Amino acid sequence: MSHRLRLNAIACEAHGMCAELLPERITLDEWGYPILDEEPLPPELVDHARRAAQACPTFALLLERERSRA
Amino acid sequence: MSESASLMTEEPAPETLAPPALPRLLAGIHARGAMDLESHLAVHGPLPPAHKRGRRTESPLIGRIERARLGGRGGAGFPTATKLRAVADARGRAIVVINAAEGEPASLKDRTLCQSLPHLLLDGGQLAAQAVGADEVIVCVCESASASIHSITAAIAERRRLPGAAARMQLSVVPSHYVAGQEAALVNHLNGGPAKPTFTPPMIFEQGVRRRPTLVNNAETLAHVALIARHGSEWFRQLGTPTQPGSTLITLSGPIAHPGVYEIEHGASLSSLIDASGGTTADVRGALFGGYAGAWITGDLLPGVALSGEHLAPHGASLGAGVVLLLSEDACPVAETARVARWLASQSTGQCGPCVNGLDALAGTVEEIATGAAQAQANQRIARLASLVQRRGACGHPDGAVNFILSAVETFAADFADHARYGRCEACGSEELPLPIRMREASSVNHELAWTA
Repeated sequence: MSHRLRLNAIACEAHGMCAELLPERITLDEWGYPILDEEPLPPELVDHARRAAQACPTFALLLERERSRA
Repeated sequence: MSESASLMTEEPAPETLAPPALPRLLAGIHARGAMDLESHLAVHGPLPPAHKRGRRTESPLIGRIERARLGGRGGAGFPTATKLRAVADARGRAIVVINAAEGEPASLKDRTLCQSLPHLLLDGGQLAAQAVGADEVIVCVCESASASIHSITAAIAERRRLPGAAARMQLSVVPSHYVAGQEAALVNHLNGGPAKPTFTPPMIFEQGVRRRPTLVNNAETLAHVALIARHGSEWFRQLGTPTQPGSTLITLSGPIAHPGVYEIEHGASLSSLIDASGGTTADVRGALFGGYAGAWITGDLLPGVALSGEHLAPHGASLGAGVVLLLSEDACPVAETARVARWLASQSTGQCGPCVNGLDALAGTVEEIATGAAQAQANQRIARLASLVQRRGACGHPDGAVNFILSAVETFAADFADHARYGRCEACGSEELPLPIRMREASSVNHELAWTA
């Protein structure tokens, strides 16, 4: 089981909370919209990522779980 | 085993194959008006008996389309059989959407099919509906295409006397903006929302129009289905290249004697198409392949260009939805790029930040270069903006616009450098690349479905 970040670009309104809560994986572009690293998250970042997703005022940041394929 | 054997025998035997010659789709097309049902059936023959799917068996038409290796003709080239199968396998009664809502200013093929050959694409819609188990076919046409709207409305009414036409057909008029023809935007429009792309999931093949499994196919794709159902996959593959079999519609425009929609075999040379269109009327500086999401090839390379995906790929180009646009030596590629880039920015549906801000900034930078007002390293600025836009929208529009701009900057590098240094040139006033005359707000459009059957 691995976790990845995904953004709903339509819902995102550039509040920027995510980049503050998860700077390891999220930076902001020159207009304030997040640029995600979409590689699978290391286990130690999953809780931080979940908090970042929950903090998004427009629910635009998604933490998606995927079963690792054999 | 016995099932696959019966599928094989259902294909027409090779000796009964119709001749491979062109035209196929455009056979019998008149100069004026739509081909009526009677003439259509006289040209192409009756619709083959229903390729219905059984309770547990797939419609044989899907296997036939797979063997024909038909790819979608809306630009992405996705295998049509795979799409049909996904919808057929999804839970619930499906809906078929014929996408004739071309927003590409340099494309006329959807209009040509709707205006002149409506029954060919409605045949395809009806056959696809039988194959995926749909009871409804919706034809989406741009509001600016009034001749298409009339012709499809009349053709739907005419088909009521066609035996076995079980699927209900209706027309939906879609706002004429660039992104409205995107699959998810069409589905959103048909669900009563704005014709703007949406976030996935849900996947359209599982939950599209009215949350039902939805097949969205380009008009030309379904026109080919109508012929593959009649003549078989082997016939289809007699033209074209091994990886891209069959014929295709190309909208050719620019400085040529007879611009318009032509049917060619995949892999035909660009020179033969230009000859068929009466030849060029000016020296050609370059050609844009795939429309305003596409890529340029310079004039000196054009004599060696063949029209197929694999031949264009080494040039970084593709046919897209079949658009080839020639630019004459009298035009300024920098000013033309600036004009189109500004239009592409205006066609953002305003939903995703990187598209709204990035395309505006890109258009602004190209405009600065075109007028000599650019700061140093404007090209690096374009590259940086491009990387901030690519793959960050909910649809492909920002990526397509970036492709177009980056290709122009690279192909016409010397012209861009000259403009950055000296400003406008003598040819800067030219406006060769076509743009829609009016840019209407999507919100001003009546979103009602026009029910006609």
